[in-house]
Amino acid sequence: MTVLPYLVAGWIFLIGVYGLVTSRDLIHAVGCLAVTQSSTYVLLLAVGYRDGGTAPVFADAPTDSRVVDPVVQALALTDIVVGATVTALLLALVVQLRKRHGTVDPDALSELKG
Amino acid sequence: MDTARLLPLVVAVPLLGAAVLVATGRRLPRLVSDIVGCAFAAVTAATALLVLFRAGRPGPGAYPVEWVSGWRRVGIVLVGDPLGAGLAALVSLLVVAVLVYSWRYFEEPPRRHTGSFPALILVFQAGMCGFALTGDLFNAFVFFELMGVVAYALTGFRVEEPKPLQGALAFGVVNSLGGYATLLGITLLYARTGELGFAQIGRRLDTEGPDGLVLAAFVLVTTGLLVKAAAVPFHFWLPDAHAVAPTPVCMLLSGVMVELGVYGVARVYWTVFSGPGGLSHPDFTRALLVLGVLTALLGAAMCWQQRHLKRLLAFSTVAHTGLFLIGVAVLTPEGISGTALYVLGHAGVKAALFACVGVLLDRYATVDEHELFGRARELPEAGALFAVGGLALSGLPPFGSGLGKAVAEEAAGHTAAWLPALYVLVSAVTGGAVLRAGLRIFAGAGRRPRDGEEDEPETTGEEEPETGGRLRRIPVPLLAVPAALLAASLAIGVIPAVGSAVGRAGALFTDTGGYRRTVLDGHAAAAPAHPPPHWQLTGILLGLLSAALAVTLATLAVRRPARTGTAALLAPVRRLQSGHIGDYVAWLVAGTALLTVLTVPGVR
Repeated sequence: MTVLPYLVAGWIFLIGVYGLVTSRDLIHAVGCLAVTQSSTYVLLLAVGYRDGGTAPVFADAPTDSRVVDPVVQALALTDIVVGATVTALLLALVVQLRKRHGTVDPDALSELKG
Repeated sequence: MDTARLLPLVVAVPLLGAAVLVATGRRLPRLVSDIVGCAFAAVTAATALLVLFRAGRPGPGAYPVEWVSGWRRVGIVLVGDPLGAGLAALVSLLVVAVLVYSWRYFEEPPRRHTGSFPALILVFQAGMCGFALTGDLFNAFVFFELMGVVAYALTGFRVEEPKPLQGALAFGVVNSLGGYATLLGITLLYARTGELGFAQIGRRLDTEGPDGLVLAAFVLVTTGLLVKAAAVPFHFWLPDAHAVAPTPVCMLLSGVMVELGVYGVARVYWTVFSGPGGLSHPDFTRALLVLGVLTALLGAAMCWQQRHLKRLLAFSTVAHTGLFLIGVAVLTPEGISGTALYVLGHAGVKAALFACVGVLLDRYATVDEHELFGRARELPEAGALFAVGGLALSGLPPFGSGLGKAVAEEAAGHTAAWLPALYVLVSAVTGGAVLRAGLRIFAGAGRRPRDGEEDEPETTGEEEPETGGRLRRIPVPLLAVPAALLAASLAIGVIPAVGSAVGRAGALFTDTGGYRRTVLDGHAAAAPAHPPPHWQLTGILLGLLSAALAVTLATLAVRRPARTGTAALLAPVRRLQSGHIGDYVAWLVAGTALLTVLTVPGVR
């Protein structure tokens, strides 16, 4: 097990944040938020990885075989559900904003200031 | 019935209620769906109060711990310690108040979706109660995201208008990003310990010394919680969301949701990181104290500058959150119980003030201090409630907010002698801002304020009323609810039993060893002996002082509405509140870096 997956997770998080900060389009921003979230999937699966481990399904493997940690996979699954909810809701808000405001450019939204 | 068995009900009943409302809402008339919503919220409140009453009995005795369906290794664990159960009860009671208040709100809800508003509020309640009761870090993240998602939806509930959508988006993006940072931290802790429960992680961490990984986990977990708590510089989403959310939602966001972020920070630190394997006490105190002082000062300064009433109240919440963070930072049982009392008192007062603003919004279709000048002279009852709320916010004895402020500032004074002065200053400025607005709007006192120059960053307060049309006559619930909330806040300060119960809750909360033994070994945690928080002469005098200062500030401001040097001085700070999501995310990253720098000397 190398340190590479951890570096990749950190990189994905930071690149998503960079995208959010510089975004000129709210749909793109919501996409960037989903990118930052995928760093959590990578980190979770990296944490649960065992060298030479197989999938934690014992139906076709002996019960003493080496498997990867099933807990993090359950956590990643929950995480995906959370992410889908957040993304769907935020995209719905953006669609509605486009209808009412006529723009999806965050620079053009200037009603809330100071 | 075993008390522990009641704990899952506090989360399950509101979820069930929401499901019932979603399934049947489109067939029910408005009145019935409102009654169903209120009934589910009230049953939850009664359950939470029962748990609190049983867990809060004086004398030695464990508080209830429930491992749902008996899975003890990784599962869903709910802990009914008095502070968590107390917060769940506060959430539920406030939800009942909000549902009663919104009886006449949204007169024409979207067709075929009559039950959607109470259903969303019930899910929000379930998320907040779950977050207050959970004993597991990953469950805490799930409840955190649940209440987050519902709060974004509720903030943008009026989808026909552009402003709420913009506020909800900023709220959603910043809070979700914070939530993901928390999840990264949780994953690091799991990698180190192989555990997810607060007590298990804490116990496992303490077998080794702290290192960079533990520190990184602390910073990441705390970032998400501080975003929810709206600590500077994570606070930018809060004023935007509060300014545009429907009034009943504002009552919940400001009254309890933001405070739950502070609770999360305190809970995670005490149960996970407070041992030898975590972050040392002086390091935690330094980091949180710096953030708390910044938050309190910035919130108070921005609060004073606002003319949009909901934004004014939102920044006052930011300022008070700073004070709560200071109370947590001092790491004493007195600090925790003082802050808990402050949160209780503040919730009632802040919700009452928002309720009064809601009355103005629905009658005059604006919440702008300048536009409303003198127009609300015809509403003396609302004016009286607003003034009492302003005084209570400034910490006037014997309100609960005053008692909490007195106890917390005394506890903070033991850490640094100048902290009580900060408590007095911040509560005087925020209370003064509310009183100033009240004097202008309800009494028409002083001269009519001039509008500022065009280029200054400013949010004015023209909004659409939330009822079907403008209100001619104020319905009873719109005034009865704020009155009841203020009375409750008064009762918290006056009834000594509340003080002693909160004192015991604070002592149990800070007893890390006792918490771990109760959750993991099922041993009874004896509450450490502790003098209950009560009124002391210094506290009363300082409370009177800040109330007097608030009145003076308000009177001076009304007499001389001309823009003074402070406005020019603060203009650059106000420009930071740009309404731009990218800026807010950049500030979040900067805040995480600041938090890291503040805690880094903790690595040995």
